[in-house]
Amino acid sequence: MHRYQAGEEDRRAMLEAIGCASTDDLFVSIPPEVRCGALDLPLARSEEEVRREFWAYAVANSAPECFASFLGAGVYRHITPAVADSLLQRGEFFTAYTPYQPEVSQGTLQAIFEFQTFVCQLTELDVANASLYDGATAVVEAVLMASRIHPKRRRVVVAGALHPDWRAVLGTYCEPMGVAISEIGWGRDGRVDVAELGRTVADDVCAVVVQSPNFLGVVEDLPVLEGVISSSGALGIHAVAEATSLGLLAPGGRFGFDVVCGEMQAFGIPAAFGGPLLGFFAAKQAHVRQMPGRLVGETVDSSGRRGYVLTLSTREQHIRRAKATSNICTNHGLMALAATIVLSLLGRKGVCDVALASHATAEYLKTGLRARLAFPDSPTYDEFLVIHDDPNGLLARLKAEGILGGVSTAAFDGSWPRGFLVAATERNTREECDRLLDALRRLG
Amino acid sequence: MTGSSSLRERERLIFERSSRGRLGYQLPALEVPSLDPAATLPPGLLRGEIEGMPEVSEVDVVRHFTRLSKWNYSVDEGLYPLGSCTMKYNPRINEEVARLAGIAQLHPLQPEDQVQGALALMWELEQALIAVTGMPRVTLQPAAGAHGELTGMLMIRKALSDRGERRRTVLIPDSAHGTNPASAVFAGFETVEIASTPEGTLDLSAMARQLEGGDVAALMVTVPNTLGVFEPEIVKAAAMLHERGAFLYMDGANLNAFVGVALPGKMGADALHINLHKTFSTPHGGGGPGAGPVAVSKALVPYLPVPTVEKAGGRYTLSSDRPKTIGKVRGFYGNFAMLVRALAYIRSLGRDGLKSMAEGAVLNANYIRKRLEGDYHLQYDGPSLHEVVFDDSLQAASGVKNVDIAKRLLDYGFHPPTMSFPLIVHGALMIEPTESEGIDELDAFIAAMQAIAREARESPELVKGAPYTTPVQRLDEVRAARQPVLRWRRAKD
Amino acid sequence: MAQPNDRFYTKTHEWVQVAGAEATVGITQYAQEQLGDVVFVELPAAGKKVERAAALGNIESVKAVSEVFAPVSGEVVAANGELEGHPELINQDPYGKGWLVRLAVAPGSASGLMDAAAYEKFLAEEGAH
Repeated sequence: MHRYQAGEEDRRAMLEAIGCASTDDLFVSIPPEVRCGALDLPLARSEEEVRREFWAYAVANSAPECFASFLGAGVYRHITPAVADSLLQRGEFFTAYTPYQPEVSQGTLQAIFEFQTFVCQLTELDVANASLYDGATAVVEAVLMASRIHPKRRRVVVAGALHPDWRAVLGTYCEPMGVAISEIGWGRDGRVDVAELGRTVADDVCAVVVQSPNFLGVVEDLPVLEGVISSSGALGIHAVAEATSLGLLAPGGRFGFDVVCGEMQAFGIPAAFGGPLLGFFAAKQAHVRQMPGRLVGETVDSSGRRGYVLTLSTREQHIRRAKATSNICTNHGLMALAATIVLSLLGRKGVCDVALASHATAEYLKTGLRARLAFPDSPTYDEFLVIHDDPNGLLARLKAEGILGGVSTAAFDGSWPRGFLVAATERNTREECDRLLDALRRLG
Repeated sequence: MTGSSSLRERERLIFERSSRGRLGYQLPALEVPSLDPAATLPPGLLRGEIEGMPEVSEVDVVRHFTRLSKWNYSVDEGLYPLGSCTMKYNPRINEEVARLAGIAQLHPLQPEDQVQGALALMWELEQALIAVTGMPRVTLQPAAGAHGELTGMLMIRKALSDRGERRRTVLIPDSAHGTNPASAVFAGFETVEIASTPEGTLDLSAMARQLEGGDVAALMVTVPNTLGVFEPEIVKAAAMLHERGAFLYMDGANLNAFVGVALPGKMGADALHINLHKTFSTPHGGGGPGAGPVAVSKALVPYLPVPTVEKAGGRYTLSSDRPKTIGKVRGFYGNFAMLVRALAYIRSLGRDGLKSMAEGAVLNANYIRKRLEGDYHLQYDGPSLHEVVFDDSLQAASGVKNVDIAKRLLDYGFHPPTMSFPLIVHGALMIEPTESEGIDELDAFIAAMQAIAREARESPELVKGAPYTTPVQRLDEVRAARQPVLRWRRAKD
Repeated sequence: MAQPNDRFYTKTHEWVQVAGAEATVGITQYAQEQLGDVVFVELPAAGKKVERAAALGNIESVKAVSEVFAPVSGEVVAANGELEGHPELINQDPYGKGWLVRLAVAPGSASGLMDAAAYEKFLAEEGAH
């Protein structure tokens, strides 16, 4: 028998109790025409053999840890405290499920309540949910929420440089829901063209999505944009792809945006080839009953003791079914726990320090690359665009020198300036930065 | 805060533990010149330290989350018979290999030549899922089952519109999981519920009546269904749908019941999502992350989301060359770290272990069913596979409801079964033990259920007041919903 | 239980009390018992026109959402604002303070509805008692 399953003696005793000669008798309800023979898969393997196979996969990859890495464009390499993964590996957390039974799930519930609080603090909004899949689907959910709040407005405006993958995902979801997408480009400074935004928003627009810092790395002027958006009656959605930026830059919530949502991978989630990441979603109190996803609320037990439960569940698919505010069920709970642990460790000061260090490191690089910057006079946080005619060739040459120098814009759909995005964080040493600057000087 | 409870019993919120000047993590020294952000960024866009964020030490954090963890029930602790959720053992080797630096740290935008191992792994998992389903292609992208449903329904929608058809109706049996109708609606369809037969299975004649209108895009059906019953006429249903130009969407939440025994491809499925966190043992994580790959029939292959992993000449590539694709359904390529765990599980079990998995799951469920038949009522008594759905009608006379039985079960040290569905069973107790359990664990659960049945007869108030031994007692969900408190605020705020 | 005699009832367990050109609408004692503790009520704004038997609003308990159907056609004059902060009034006093909306109605609009005796009989036949 297999090590993850019961033994022969267990099975014999159970079959006897049921009155069956063999397990085959239990499958009589499955008709012969759908049956199969042995699957085309190898036989069971030992733990050691499995380890061997996966080491082979792992070493066939180039782990960024072995390089000076400046990769970003939606996934960032920030601190990964040893404490976080050690706590995540507690079976009480990772082998539990959705806290449907609050009496034996207070650990998960309280941690989610803490996560919701952190998200509210970071975004300066009233309510946050228990997580979504990733930044792309978080923006989708925000737009669909806006279309429920304004059912007669069937257009969403994407203003400026939204991450191209997020833009693509938004297109996939909006089309069947009958929501059209209008795009406003960026001006010569890499920021939303405010005049064009003013011309585009109208009373058929349910929401305007602005990413800041945007895909080009540039920080948008959120208060100015919010003024234009709110005058049209549309919901303002501030999309965030690099969550550590919220340690330095004021969030949309401060300026009147209805939703701040996006990707929180930067707070302690491994890159893991792009998944699982951590979608977050915060909104004004007024929108709470239209929000997607799970919510944890505080209450008391029958002896008056404080405790936590899943609440406002009537929004969700298991109750409202076809009329639910989202189809999401399983979300990214363990990733939310990871972020909660890392945010707790960083705390009030560390959240700012990570942002400041990342920003300072990026500014150091920018000083050495001034002439090649796509938007030399525009404010950026920890990522910026370097202009180059042959980014793929250059990046390959950098790799040969042990440097993952950035992400080529040629990898994405859309009419992006030719070049590559460079992201720097608190984990990049000065030596790494100097190596990059030196290599770029030599290699062109 | 009452003084009577120990700290471990009453761990405060992390925010309430804060003490000015405590440091939880030391950042590396800044080697580049420090700067004043007001000089590099517009001062009006800056923020200072965030009011209310905690200041705690590393020890505080470890203690805090360790104490919280002890309030959770988990598969590691014992049987977790949450029907339809397939709470099976999560092997530790899967956790180990998912954390290898060449896997966990991999950036999704590294050039293909740097990520050949990752692409090979995804390719191998797709091949394994093709073998398990008997269907020609699989997208690994969806992040969870519901996301897979949406992806599958979007493919169906696109395939229909390519034929110039705008069908609006999706048929869903009344026994379905709530995500089915929600996903269909988010894919732009309207849903029509089909009442189940007296046996709790798909009503073919009801389906046929709906098909006559010509507006049906698809049927969404779970096989085996949420009662644990194999749909006996699934092949006929598929033929009827296909004859009318409609598609069969199969919810694979219960695939665990027949892996290695039968193939959805042979049943006529056009799209089938596979919850890797159920059948293939990736950890549920207290509410995800999951992974919901979707297997598709030949008719839907052109519509798969991009990118797909392709193999040519020993090299793997991420291809977006799929002119009829529905597009992208998420960032990047899937919940890769969960895909890693699922493949490790498939490799550990092999073709022999996978079949044995289904056999064990079905045997365990039928053993529980047999042993509890006299104590709990079985509304639908046809042959069942990996789960059994009792109800509380035998206990109704003494006023004990399924929720009371569930809460009392907590006192006996077990997680309760699923109660929120199927909606066709009033007072449902949906029990799915999985193949992970040996007879001793099952017997202990059975003994607890029998004891509760006895208590319900003899001292119903005892059951109705449960639980008594958990970290908190019954929580006031009405209060939570009437006056929602969804975040912590400092008392003085 | 006795249903008040001064109003009419529907098979979907709403009541309506007509006084001149105005009708007050609520849900019955039986309906509130079936729902359990009400936690949220969603009602139409004043000025909205509703048709008899069409959805008027939603009443939510912790784990269920129930639609309320208009017992008569009319135009919403007022919704019970008290329910926003105190949805429990529906449980505590379904025939009084737990009223939902007032409608401007035409004469004779409650024709065809059940009186208290008929509603009691209906409940008994449905096995509700």
